[in-house]
Amino acid sequence: MMAEKLVIIGAGMASGRMLEHLIEAAPGRYDVTLFNAEPRGNYNRIMLSPVLSGEKTYADIVTHDADWYAAQGVDCRFGEPVVKIDRERKIVYSNQGGVPYDKLVIATGSAPFIIPVAGKELPGVCTYRDLEDTNAMIAAAKPGAKAVVIGGGLLGLEAAAGMQLRGAEVTVIHLMGHLMERQLDPAAGYLLQKALEARGITVHCKGATKAILGKERVEAVLLDDGTIYDADLVCMAVGIRPETRLANDAHLEVNRGIVVDDQLRSSDPAIFAIGECVEHNSQLFGLVAPLYDQAKVLAATLADAEAVFRPVQTATKLKVTGCDLFSAGDFADGPGREDIVFRDPGRGVYKRLVLEGDKLIGAVMYGDTADGSWFFGLIKDGTDVTGMRDTLIFGPGFAGGAKADPMAAVAALPPEAEICGCNGVCKGKIVSAIEGGANTLDLVRASTKASASCGTCTGLVEQVLAVTLGDSFVMPAAQPMCKCTDHTHEDVRRLIKAQGLKSIPAVMQELGWRSVGGCASCRPALNYYLLADWPLDYRDDRQARFVNERNHANIQKDGTYSVVPRMWGGVTTPAELRAIADAADKYAVPMVKVTGGQRIDLLGVKKEDLPAIWADLNDAGMVSGHAYSKGLRTVKTCVGSEFCRFGTQDSTGLGIKLEKLLWGSWTPAKVKLAVSGCPRNCAEATCKDVGVVCVDSGYQISVAGAAGMDVKETEFLCAVATEEEAMEVIAAFVQLYRENSRYLHRIYKWVAKVGLDWCKAQVVEDLANRKALAERFEISQSVYRRDPWAEHAQRPADWAPMMDLTREAAE
Amino acid sequence: MNMSHETWIDIGALADIPREGGRVVKTRAGCVAVFRAADDTVFALDDRCPHKGGPLSEGIVHGHSVTCPLHAWVFDMGTGTAQGADEGQVGTYPVRVEAGRVLLDGARLMQGRAA
Repeated sequence: MMAEKLVIIGAGMASGRMLEHLIEAAPGRYDVTLFNAEPRGNYNRIMLSPVLSGEKTYADIVTHDADWYAAQGVDCRFGEPVVKIDRERKIVYSNQGGVPYDKLVIATGSAPFIIPVAGKELPGVCTYRDLEDTNAMIAAAKPGAKAVVIGGGLLGLEAAAGMQLRGAEVTVIHLMGHLMERQLDPAAGYLLQKALEARGITVHCKGATKAILGKERVEAVLLDDGTIYDADLVCMAVGIRPETRLANDAHLEVNRGIVVDDQLRSSDPAIFAIGECVEHNSQLFGLVAPLYDQAKVLAATLADAEAVFRPVQTATKLKVTGCDLFSAGDFADGPGREDIVFRDPGRGVYKRLVLEGDKLIGAVMYGDTADGSWFFGLIKDGTDVTGMRDTLIFGPGFAGGAKADPMAAVAALPPEAEICGCNGVCKGKIVSAIEGGANTLDLVRASTKASASCGTCTGLVEQVLAVTLGDSFVMPAAQPMCKCTDHTHEDVRRLIKAQGLKSIPAVMQELGWRSVGGCASCRPALNYYLLADWPLDYRDDRQARFVNERNHANIQKDGTYSVVPRMWGGVTTPAELRAIADAADKYAVPMVKVTGGQRIDLLGVKKEDLPAIWADLNDAGMVSGHAYSKGLRTVKTCVGSEFCRFGTQDSTGLGIKLEKLLWGSWTPAKVKLAVSGCPRNCAEATCKDVGVVCVDSGYQISVAGAAGMDVKETEFLCAVATEEEAMEVIAAFVQLYRENSRYLHRIYKWVAKVGLDWCKAQVVEDLANRKALAERFEISQSVYRRDPWAEHAQRPADWAPMMDLTREAAE
Repeated sequence: MNMSHETWIDIGALADIPREGGRVVKTRAGCVAVFRAADDTVFALDDRCPHKGGPLSEGIVHGHSVTCPLHAWVFDMGTGTAQGADEGQVGTYPVRVEAGRVLLDGARLMQGRAA
């Protein structure tokens, strides 16, 4: 029998494995011609990362060398790219001429995706696909060189780690909120980021590349948020797409990849496709395990045996030495699915199992992946895990015993971690006091002063007692923040600072959150704590905000919104009033109402009209009145000395100054101020969160009033002589509240807890501390003192319905 | 019903829906809330809480649940069932993502509404 002519386009891992199987199953059955655009044969592409890092050489990863091809009688056409397939005459053309085929295998693999930004073609920009890319990175990654990797997926991180091992300063820019988001959930992504940062790699998540800068060659990368990273080399590793150009030109059926059936046959019965270039049942393939399965099936098909390709579950491991992570199966949340979560903050371990009914369907692990293959086996086999569910997360070796320790976070704190911020007491000092006999909270307070001032660290001091004394200390019950955690609000605030936690996933991991993504109660609270504690590092998470703050307007019971422009100190002008009246007419506002805080409220505005009405009000010089925020609302004033015959000071002027100082700031709950020009108190300053009453000698500042569910007169804080002092005291007091109160507690509730005397000590008596608080407030305001309306008015499409089907014809 | 087949309507790009957020699709019989979870799973539910008619599309999304912005009822976005002590149900609609586009089943939309 004459041997049939088999032509293969592409000498990659899939076609290489297929050839091995085919030669074994049907030796001599085919005359094989093997084209490859790369000037070499098959090598183990997934081992390029160890080559990049220097742990292996190219020679180590060659799968088929020249001798092997010669022994199998394969006609090798390496470095000879195929340019055309003539299906009619069954001839494949390379740049050197034509080769006829009886059967053709397309194994063109994939091409790296190049993000379409300016500068993408500059010398020094590479992808991460083949040996040339790897060698380019090895050449560039000299000690001290700066490399930027765009893309924080598997490939990008391996490129980053490899170059870092060679001595380069590496930055990874990732578009998504956490690294490897296709394989990891946010908690595991956070741990991975921490590990990479610990070895010196800079990670920038939520970073969109705007341009690659440089004249002769690449010099830097510019992000949408304005950040610039210097770069001697830029590696784009943002994804791959199937290389289908030849198949397209030959008019084979191509969707995202070359469409193949269960035998890997394309729409032309003489042409097969295999590897990353194929699409099977709408699915693409990037990991090696399913490609090897395809190789087996195609070899059998070409040898006239029966075989069917059925993709199986795959597991992922990152090939970065020292980063232990594993993911397998489907670990998305879903109806009927349940999670078993294990976190050991001290060891940086995170494990999450996803169950559906009586089966394990997914697993994500970080830090301790020893049981990964066992879990993977349970997933693949569909094992009924009902009987072992209680201990499943501890792996196959479990033999009864320990439960997750809720006190692990405190136990893991180093001795120098500060527990009591007021008195500067660290954990080590408390532990030695306890070991010296202070076995109750009161004794610890007496001997160390820890938790003896504002008291917010009491829970933590008790945990240190419990950790140090063991069972002989009985913890008093405290109200946890929500059902996701055992920690109180106060503990969480303190631990965020003590451990330097700067993201929601970081808090949830390090403090052992029991839920996967928190709940509607803890997410807004954590978002506030993080932005208050790390104003320059943390970026506000809009999706963790309640609707009113997310939409910068108050939602009404019918789903419309109210719009309240800011009127500084309650003072307006005819021009502003005209603009408000025009807006009310233009947007058919059903009700215009004067508020209790001396503002004008436009009620009943449709969500999609919000950006336009804001733009109109912006044009008239008005900004958001923040009538919706847990933040500064209004500073109400009376007319004061400028017009009033009783006025002692310029109360309107001070009110306007205070409002310009405080506006835009986020606080645990809303904050309302008032300034009255004389003790007749027409601005009702003595039932506000902060009230100022002007007198001949200056300004009397009182705090912690209420006029809502509770009614309470303010308490006297201090009297000052000048406007400047009044403003500094108030900024410092508001900052003290921002840094210490639990979320949603108004000032009067917080002061009742910490005591007015403690507040006085902080902002009245200790002048240096007052200044420091006011300075920290100003740092935060450098970020948040701006008009959110102006920002959102630029993007009206985000506020309209995503799609309007009401105008579609009926069926 | 005369529609046995699915009619997938392209309602926009996945990127148009913020992660852990929702958008609205207007239909003749009321609004449908389309959500995108942190893991990029997409859900479509009636945009109306059975309690007091709150717009679920404006709720806080956590895991695969959404909390109504008006009175904090929590719904499983996959099943539309109220969680915890509250009892209630909202309609859900088949939705899928293909090549970065969000597709909503128009046939089911009509059936669900007619029922």
